[in-house]
Amino acid sequence: MTEIERHDYDVVVIGAGGAGLRAAIEARELGKRTAVVCKSLFGKAHTVMAEGGIAASMGNVNSRDSWQVHFRDTMRGGKFLNSWRMAELHAKEAPQRVWELETYGALFDRTRDGKISQRNFGGHEYPRLAHVGDRTGLELIRTLQQKIVSLQQEDFAQHGDYEGNLKVFAECTITDLLKDADAVSGAFGYWRETGRFIRFDAPAVVLATGGIGKAFKVTSNSWEYTGDGHALALRCGAALINMEFVQFHPTGMVWPPSVKGILVTESVRGDGGVLRNSENKRFMFDYIPEVFSNQYATSEQEADGWYDDPDSNRRPPELLPRDEVARAINSEVKAGRGSPHGGVFLDVSTRLPAEVIKKRLPSMYHQFKELADVDITAGPMEVGPTCHYVMGGVEVDPDTAAASVRGLFAAGEVAGGMHGSNRLGGNSLSDLLVFGRRAGLGAATYVDSLGGFRPSVREADVEAAAQRAISPFRTGTDSVGAENPYLLQQDLQQTMNDLVGIIRRAGEMELALKKLDELRRRVQHVVVEGHRQFNPGWHLALDLRNMLAVSECVARAALERTESRGGHTRDDYPMMDPEWRHALLICTQHTNGPEGSVRVERKEQVPMRADLVELFELDELKKYFTAGEIPGGTD
Amino acid sequence: MGNQRRFQVWRGDTHGGNLVDFDAEVNEGEVVLDVIHRLQATKAPDLAVRWNCKAGKCGSCSAEINGRPRLMCMTRMSMLPPQLPVTVTPLRTFPVIRDLVTDVAYNYQKAREVRSFMPPKGVQPGEYRMQQVDVERSQEFRKCIECFLCQNTCHVIRDHEENETNFSGPRFLMRIAELDMHPLDAADEEGVDRKRSAQDEHGLGFCNITKCCTEVCPEHIKITDNALIPMKERVADIRFDPLIRLFRRKRG
Repeated sequence: MTEIERHDYDVVVIGAGGAGLRAAIEARELGKRTAVVCKSLFGKAHTVMAEGGIAASMGNVNSRDSWQVHFRDTMRGGKFLNSWRMAELHAKEAPQRVWELETYGALFDRTRDGKISQRNFGGHEYPRLAHVGDRTGLELIRTLQQKIVSLQQEDFAQHGDYEGNLKVFAECTITDLLKDADAVSGAFGYWRETGRFIRFDAPAVVLATGGIGKAFKVTSNSWEYTGDGHALALRCGAALINMEFVQFHPTGMVWPPSVKGILVTESVRGDGGVLRNSENKRFMFDYIPEVFSNQYATSEQEADGWYDDPDSNRRPPELLPRDEVARAINSEVKAGRGSPHGGVFLDVSTRLPAEVIKKRLPSMYHQFKELADVDITAGPMEVGPTCHYVMGGVEVDPDTAAASVRGLFAAGEVAGGMHGSNRLGGNSLSDLLVFGRRAGLGAATYVDSLGGFRPSVREADVEAAAQRAISPFRTGTDSVGAENPYLLQQDLQQTMNDLVGIIRRAGEMELALKKLDELRRRVQHVVVEGHRQFNPGWHLALDLRNMLAVSECVARAALERTESRGGHTRDDYPMMDPEWRHALLICTQHTNGPEGSVRVERKEQVPMRADLVELFELDELKKYFTAGEIPGGTD
Repeated sequence: MGNQRRFQVWRGDTHGGNLVDFDAEVNEGEVVLDVIHRLQATKAPDLAVRWNCKAGKCGSCSAEINGRPRLMCMTRMSMLPPQLPVTVTPLRTFPVIRDLVTDVAYNYQKAREVRSFMPPKGVQPGEYRMQQVDVERSQEFRKCIECFLCQNTCHVIRDHEENETNFSGPRFLMRIAELDMHPLDAADEEGVDRKRSAQDEHGLGFCNITKCCTEVCPEHIKITDNALIPMKERVADIRFDPLIRLFRRKRG
């Protein structure tokens, strides 16, 4: 076989979104030769799609905010299933990470006294989201991208080489991780442009590949979101947790069909937008769950009063956490009170002057005007739930972002635990920064701990990875049974959407598992046309393997968890069960089953540290914890 | 429910290529990218195209549609003349890799040559203070999604490849303007003159304000009026201001 392009690095970061870039910046600043590998062009990662803002308790708009309040909101949003240590680190470090962006050149919207402005969002007690209109993700990605460039300029000034210490390998896809005994030793992939193979020899790999949304039909996620990092981790022996929890964002576009699923930012509601059904009723008042009954307004008057006087009014129920709002919309549509195209109405036109809407929500204005012929300053939008985010991911050590396999790290959406069963809006961008940095630090520290030692890459593994990667070009097989990768993906998306979607039932999930099994067999017969140069059919054929693996994790874990919590709603088990709160479901790859088959095991959650437990009222904890877990017994 | 439309899509690679005819189903509300995806799934599985967000936010799916530089995801089929075939060709200014995918490395190279933001010395993280009116000018330019349509359409490089060495194009001249207008950028203190660098290193003088870049910008950024012209004016101020010339002579 021909020579494969080879590179040696200290740290290889897979993914160039917020988490990946922040990890790379950290590793490089700690003196590690770092590579960033990404499937798209540099600066196009899915982070760019984030709209609302970055949650950080800077207290610029309401000085009562603090890390403790942010921590509480995050745990509540995740229905107390979160890794409390991650939620703690996240709440404590988010402000520093946001301020740091300003030193990289970020330009957030300002308060009157010149500080970073902060906006309201679902589940956040105080205005907390640093933002730039409704294009905060773009600001984040561009700022980090430009920081990378700035570090490269430093290197150029010193050594005459921009890419000597930090290089971006854009449009390059990693298909396998390489190991030496029990430790990571590198990664294998291909250049999308040429189809040529490439290998990285590196003792530390940071997964920052984002989510799995492309496994679902109606999704706000782009083609890249095929669960690559999740699947790479599984295949190299790491564990995934919380995979049953998939967030359906309550407000995606529903019409026209071609844009179904595209995100409508939660800022619309944060800034005053309300949800109405076909009877013109603000239905969210009917859907305030018991656990949140103390924090949300029960009348329109109180809800409307909150925007100006949050101290004497409770929050509007439109700002409940996303899982609650998504379920409510789903119920309204099912009850026949939906909008003409199967959603509900989201109206900001009667709530704010047109000029203010255009200023605060410019890209929403633009998006609806150009894609749906709807003027959001003059009438309501039609919206419905769309698959948006996976709470589940690689099980990591909260402090170092290390996975259970030595040398493997994960940060951002591909890591699990931080958000528990449901993520609050705005907590994703802050998660990327906090744990991106920690992953870069963890990887650099690990590399230091090795001294001069480097785990080695086995040629046979590289050869096997190359064979796997070209297998969809198989020739000479029976063309009658040849499968088209695009149709396989559509079948997979339909299966997950219909059978493991927003509302789940045992029978449907069992059926989904059967269909996934069948799809796995069909994928063996996928055949792609043409050659290896920039061939999307081939790329998809390889991504399918990952989508199947993560879909199986979602379906198996969802079937196992016999309760409803956050982003996992069971029609046959509609209640939250305290006995499940302290249980995590761990997915690992079967060692002796067929390739890609997944095993699910139950594991106990680590009990929350006492000083963190004390941040909550006993009455609130009783709604979530078993009697035995409540401090001071059952009184 | 869909109707049939004739598409002519450029297919080929570095060795050349040609327009290939396809008949495709088009449904209500669809954009050009939807139809390209349908062609991929049904007729041309290896048709190379870049895309990501499908909502005009990432700037990946730039192409020329009926000869006009546009984002495929934001071009509604209903706005194209129904009686004519829809032609989709790659960005003309950049070398083709395959089909609709072009080599945009030039842009990343130019991005790297613009001196980065220089943080003010002695101002700690968390202590940055700026007024909204002062950040808004740069914020307009930071709306840029780097679709490179402005770079593609700018005749300075579209028609004269040889200018690529000395001209960074509207996107990166605008980046310099953005940094120059950043309320806290410390370039002056560091002895870096951004305006001069725009003129001397990035070819601001090549721009003869035909506003083609502004016209194709999907984010409706007023690149020429708000970034390039003000920067040209200030470069002129520096060059011809007698006081500054006197000062320069003394120092020199």
